[in-house]
Amino acid sequence: MSLDDLSVLLLWTAIAIYTLAFLAFSVDLARRSELAIAAQDAKTREHAKTLVASGGQTIADIRSEEAAAKAALEARPSQRARFLFARLGTVLTVLGFLFHLGADVTRGIAAGRVPWSNNYEFALTGTMLVIAVFLGVLFKYDLRFLGAFVTGLIVVLLGGAALAYYVEVVPLSDPLKSIWLVIHVFVASLASAFLALAFALSIVQLLQSRRERLAIAAAGTDAAPRTRLPFLRTLPSAEVLEGLAYRFAIIGFILWTFTLIAGAIWANDAWGRYWGFDTKEVWTFVIWVLYAGYIHARATRGWRGTRSAWLSIVGFTAVLFNFTIVNQFFKGLHSYSGLG
Amino acid sequence: MSRPSSDNDTVDGPLRPSDHLETTADGAASAPVAPKLGFVEWLRWGWRQLTSMRTALVLLLLLAIAAIPGSLVPQRSADPNGVSQWRATNPDLYPVFDALQLFDVYTSVWFSSIYILLFISLIGCVLPRTKHHWKALRARPPRTPARLSRLDDHAERTVAVPDGEDAAGHAAHAIDLAEAQLKSLRYRVERYEVGGAVSVSAERGYVRETGNLVFHGALIGVLLSVGIGGGFTYTGQTVITEGDGFVNSLGLGYTSFNPGRFVDTENDLVPYSITLDEFDVTYLEPGTQGAGQSGDFAAHVSTRFPGEDAQSDVIRVNHPITMAGDRIYLMGNGYAPTITIRNADGDVVFNESVPFLPDGATMTSQGVVKVPDGITTTDGESEQLGLAGFFYPTAATLESGALTSAYGDLANPLLTFWVYAGDLGIDDGTPRSVYALDPTGMEQIAGNDSGVDSLELAPGETVDLPDGLGTITFEDETANGAAESVKRYVSLSIHNDSGATWVLVFAILALLGLFAALFVPRRRMWVKATPGDGTVLIEYAGLARGEDPAIAIAVDALARDHGAALGELEPASDAAPRQATPNVD
Ligand code: HEM
Repeated sequence: MSLDDLSVLLLWTAIAIYTLAFLAFSVDLARRSELAIAAQDAKTREHAKTLVASGGQTIADIRSEEAAAKAALEARPSQRARFLFARLGTVLTVLGFLFHLGADVTRGIAAGRVPWSNNYEFALTGTMLVIAVFLGVLFKYDLRFLGAFVTGLIVVLLGGAALAYYVEVVPLSDPLKSIWLVIHVFVASLASAFLALAFALSIVQLLQSRRERLAIAAAGTDAAPRTRLPFLRTLPSAEVLEGLAYRFAIIGFILWTFTLIAGAIWANDAWGRYWGFDTKEVWTFVIWVLYAGYIHARATRGWRGTRSAWLSIVGFTAVLFNFTIVNQFFKGLHSYSGLG
Repeated sequence: MSRPSSDNDTVDGPLRPSDHLETTADGAASAPVAPKLGFVEWLRWGWRQLTSMRTALVLLLLLAIAAIPGSLVPQRSADPNGVSQWRATNPDLYPVFDALQLFDVYTSVWFSSIYILLFISLIGCVLPRTKHHWKALRARPPRTPARLSRLDDHAERTVAVPDGEDAAGHAAHAIDLAEAQLKSLRYRVERYEVGGAVSVSAERGYVRETGNLVFHGALIGVLLSVGIGGGFTYTGQTVITEGDGFVNSLGLGYTSFNPGRFVDTENDLVPYSITLDEFDVTYLEPGTQGAGQSGDFAAHVSTRFPGEDAQSDVIRVNHPITMAGDRIYLMGNGYAPTITIRNADGDVVFNESVPFLPDGATMTSQGVVKVPDGITTTDGESEQLGLAGFFYPTAATLESGALTSAYGDLANPLLTFWVYAGDLGIDDGTPRSVYALDPTGMEQIAGNDSGVDSLELAPGETVDLPDGLGTITFEDETANGAAESVKRYVSLSIHNDSGATWVLVFAILALLGLFAALFVPRRRMWVKATPGDGTVLIEYAGLARGEDPAIAIAVDALARDHGAALGELEPASDAAPRQATPNVD
């Protein structure tokens, strides 16, 4: 078995483990739902006993729920709630990550260069960085509620890349023989990893803010607010999620700014001009401007909240589009997808 | 958030457009109101709209959207051949797209309007903020708010006055300690005293606003460098065959040359010369992964400034050489078969190495030979000849019988020609590409439907031209001592772009500014001591200016450290450690 075959084997093992992690995290969310419902039932019973209002929550209930969720988010690892399935999911994700790392390293050794020189390898390394950043952030914030989303996304992206983008190792073409391949592409992948987490948080934020609107509308009335995703009640408030998404997005944005500059320096060495509105350059620019818009939106009256979250989602959609459709189908100087 | 301040020498926070989240209600009230007033007011209203956050945001989003068509439709600047192809496949849509400037998106009226408006907005935004920030940098931290307990991030403790001290003295002592502590945390501090209560007001993180201004200012710098630098930029292309040279001068060397507006083409070009000694390339052998792929391109050249000795140098992809401030890039390579044509009398009428344009990795290449003079027909009339040919470095026959090249290297070189006789259309002075032949007004005498087979030659071979017009020879260069039978050529691109350095400088400034603008927290802190009856109430409060996830932690830490410095051991009331979450499983 060649080293590259080993890499592929490790990769599929990683995908299988991530799938299990996804299942564990999903069960975790379902169990949180049960918890949330049980808590609500208990409260309802209490309310009924004391003959205060019936089904719904009061604003004070909502606020205390939010405070508890925020404290849980920021709790140190040793003080976190011991959700069995969330822990299982985390352990599986770590395990999957080790196999993923192994797949990436063996691919690099097999190729005798950095493993990010064509679409297959970009996907391999980029998704690995998403997991790495996610696991790294877990030390600071309890983001395990994102686990199902993140591992699910990675299984789809990585599985898709392994099926659609796999190419055997071939030597680099001349324009790629540059130190900037190592720097520019790696930083772009790292930026994408942070933007991916911002994207995930923005989506949860949108779900959460919808639930909050309903809950507040229903507060104090008889009607219990109806949500299809009760686990949202155990998650931080939309505002907290937004702040967190923003923090990931600005790190991603700075890295992307660096990517843009490094790419221009490389283009100046390879093609004799630092900027030429080549398709790939156009998309890098579009993404940069979208995120600049997102950062502005966060500071503009009437745009913070749901609207800016949509910009974060659109921004990351553009990142994915750039990586898949643009790399593969758009004509330009950057024809490095390796897909012929 | 911001409080009215009576002091003239305090400046309340950074200046923001009126629809920024942090501007106060009175700022917002001055936002859109239908202007019923005079022209000047109307202008002022328009200006405020243009420099608002909302406008900047909308323009940014428009810019992102407007940039996209340029990646879908080929652009004249980047891909002129793509535009011609597009025109050929969509003849009906072409005029519509062209009228919409979709082939020149980035210089189009609509794209330019967006970014020019954006930059006007940017300048209108940055200038007043810079002035304001300049004042803020030299102002005192603002007065301590009357009721600190109303701020979100707040803590307090009551301390007993030690024996032998009075409450006012102990309060002053507490504030001394707080002031020293805040100073060591790099806060700018100011003491205030109102009705017996002493307080220290502190502010830090002015660098955040500085960074923001540097970032936005640097963007203007980038745009100016691109715009002005473009005027001093020149780029040119040239083709050099092995053994030949190039002189950096307009008349002599360039196949194309694009000078910026301010370039003096007479005097700005230093007449250095470059000779291509040898072009190296490696091909991955058949049977290996990536077989046929070429790489490790290296143009071995001799360069020379007038009156100096020649120097050897190598130009590679990603490694241009620099001559007199010009950067010289290796852009492409191909084969230049040497062809000799003799007329019926045996006189040489053409003898050149003709660069053929390659297509694809196997280097099937196309080229053209034009013979304007020296050929006469058997009837004694003079005739011009045009030959359109293919060169196959490794000729192979497809099942259909057509020729192709199987490999990029010279394993089985073959040259084929169609021949046309008649008027080349070059006598009237219209410029014609050396790579294209326009056969209108000519008669095809070999190849295709002409009834005569196309000419086929291997290196060293000579064949007859049709109709007794003469002979054509494909010279074998090894006969002249060369290593390979066919010469290679390189295409070089020569650039002089003095603006690029400035673009880079401003881009790096922008990046540094961005770091400060996004990651340096700007916050205010207050510590107030109010003497009571045998006790002193000490309050701590903090206020974030802009994103600051760590403000609560900072207030807690300040309260804790200050308590310790005062000799108080019990934690301040709000600063209690956070409750651990209970185990659920
Ligand atoms: C070329 C167009 C522009 C780009 C790419 C851009 C980009 C950015 C970025 C990345 C930030 C975040 C950094 C920071 O917080 O300092 C920012 C912030 C900011 N920009 Fe711009 N900007 C542009 C134009 C403008 C214009 C025209 C205005 C004026 C209306 C403006 C006003 C601001 C303000 C006030 C902030 C601070 C936001 C806050 O308080 O968090 N920008 N901009």
